[in-house]
Amino acid sequence: MIPISWYLVFSAALFTIGLFGVLARKNAVAILIGVELMLNAANVNLVAFWRYVTPDAIGGQVFAVIVFAVAAAEVAVGLALIISIYRRRNTIVAEEIDMLKY
Amino acid sequence: MTGIQIIFIIVAVVTLGAGLMSVITRNLVHAALWLVLALLGVAIFFVLLNASFLAVAQVVIYIGAIAILMIFTIMLTRRVAVGSADSQLNANWGWAAFIAVALFAGLVWLLSGWNGFNITAQQMSPRTDTIRQLGTALVSPSAYVIPFEVASILLLAALVGAIVVAWDRKS
Amino acid sequence: MGDPVTAISQWLESLFLGWGLAPGWVAIIQAFIGVVAIATFVLLVDILLVWVERKVVARFQDRLGPNRLGPFGLIQPLADVIKLLIKEDITPIGADRIVYNLAPIMALATVLLLWAVVPLAPTIVGTDLNVGVLYIVAIGALGTLGIIMAGWASNNKYALLGAFRTVAQMVSYEVPMVIAIMVPVILAGSMGINTIVFSQSPVWYVVTAPMAALIVLISAIAELGRAPFDLAEAESEIVAGFHIEYTGMKFGLFYAGELLHALTMGGIIASLFLGGWRGPGAETYPILGVFYFFLKSFFLYWVIMWVKYSLPRIRIDHMLNFNWKFLTPLSLVVLLVTAVLHKLLVGLPDWQYVIGMLLANVILFWGTLYVLRRYARTERVQVAEPMPVAVPPAAPMSSSQS
Repeated sequence: MIPISWYLVFSAALFTIGLFGVLARKNAVAILIGVELMLNAANVNLVAFWRYVTPDAIGGQVFAVIVFAVAAAEVAVGLALIISIYRRRNTIVAEEIDMLKY
Repeated sequence: MTGIQIIFIIVAVVTLGAGLMSVITRNLVHAALWLVLALLGVAIFFVLLNASFLAVAQVVIYIGAIAILMIFTIMLTRRVAVGSADSQLNANWGWAAFIAVALFAGLVWLLSGWNGFNITAQQMSPRTDTIRQLGTALVSPSAYVIPFEVASILLLAALVGAIVVAWDRKS
Repeated sequence: MGDPVTAISQWLESLFLGWGLAPGWVAIIQAFIGVVAIATFVLLVDILLVWVERKVVARFQDRLGPNRLGPFGLIQPLADVIKLLIKEDITPIGADRIVYNLAPIMALATVLLLWAVVPLAPTIVGTDLNVGVLYIVAIGALGTLGIIMAGWASNNKYALLGAFRTVAQMVSYEVPMVIAIMVPVILAGSMGINTIVFSQSPVWYVVTAPMAALIVLISAIAELGRAPFDLAEAESEIVAGFHIEYTGMKFGLFYAGELLHALTMGGIIASLFLGGWRGPGAETYPILGVFYFFLKSFFLYWVIMWVKYSLPRIRIDHMLNFNWKFLTPLSLVVLLVTAVLHKLLVGLPDWQYVIGMLLANVILFWGTLYVLRRYARTERVQVAEPMPVAVPPAAPMSSSQS
């Protein structure tokens, strides 16, 4: 059998990979890809804890479903923003979208 | 080492490799395709964890909607997304890598101190219908109906918001 | 005697166990043989489909179709395969090689994956997933991905346009399809496809939920990208769309995938609404169930072809409007009505239940037609208005042309 530690280490690794993507990428879509990886890592953790610690209460799966909904909402709005910015400024590099600074 | 552990290791290596490729590949369409592979790997983990509904929902929502929307956006903005010769990483990527590795080490160190770190799962009785449990939990007032409704309102807001934001007022 | 597949699998099991293999390995080998057997069988059917498609389209167009090679031209598809195999294999300059070669494999593999959950007979089913219906939707999403990969990797603007159209079409038509597929799920109380087939016991669901069956059929045709929804290929506009650059067997894989997908969709709709393997004697002789299943699948395949060769291509804005403004709201209404009525009528005797459901569907159908007729009337008035094209050049340009 697989101990829960394997899942936890795996999801920690996936989360940090996603974090690296968010911090290091220039392109806004690539940053969203990093965010998706982080959300998935969190989901693996939620489901693993449900399966190993509280298999009778379904809470872990419910939260994972809600994370799905949040991820879908986030991507829909995020990509709409990116398309809108691309239309106006002709760039989707996150460093160049800095009008709020001035 | 049992068969299921071998499967776990293969899937974990493929998923992490695909995740890593998706954050460092220069070509963004490739990055999105690597993301699809990583998401499929996570779906297999859901299967290993007896959460078949989540596994299929993962494929429907993440690959069928999110990844395809991302590829679509990358194609629409491909003049700046694909084919630019300079790196897709910003100047601080060294610091980002350091933070990521440090966070990973910290997380593993923190988790290994937890006394339930090596527990294994109890055998699940084949008669437990987790899909039915999940369905009832999502709509029963004593369980999770409020989060469920809030999530649906969030989705509605996102739907309206996405349309308003991406509306091309010139035409 | 009536169940050769189970008999063979039991014989194999005892044979492997007799060789001294561990039971776990025997299960894995059995599953592997099952996968290979069903995939091979389906691909052999696929070769036959080429002949069926060409013969049927010929009849629709008042021709004879292939009739030279073998009896009724039955060997023609094999000749086609040989022709495709010896054609030159071209990869365009600037194509993304790996993605370009992966795409046709994805296109066919996703269709083959669907057969894992389709029950051919009460005992002959690849795997009876308890989320089978959702699995079908998920695999459909992977198929979309294959087409996008093909369109993007070809490095051709027509291919990319085809991919864009495909995304717009497939992602939107997934919505009414999923909602309408939920109707048999509600009626059966399960998402497993074999359970759904088992629960269609007094009547098939096409009697109790004909509207849902119609919606699923329409959105399945759209998912398939067949006429009238063949905007993704549209030979006369974007010269075959996403597979424009593919030659030889790579094109062959797309073609085989498309044909097999149509039959698979027929099989899925047959399982969900037409009782799948149900028929006289199918419970005792499962091999008869396979026959009934393929009979129904080929009937639906013929319906899909009938639609394909009778209707002209729909315009892209009409396609999207039809989905979002008509099919999606309608499927939501159908789902609501079915769920409520099912709860109300479930205790009644069978004939009252069936008549109640059927009546509700007829009323819904009539209401839909009424709304459509009123819409068409206003549309006709709008279209009949004099167009600003004919005004003399001195007059100011009118911008109201919606």
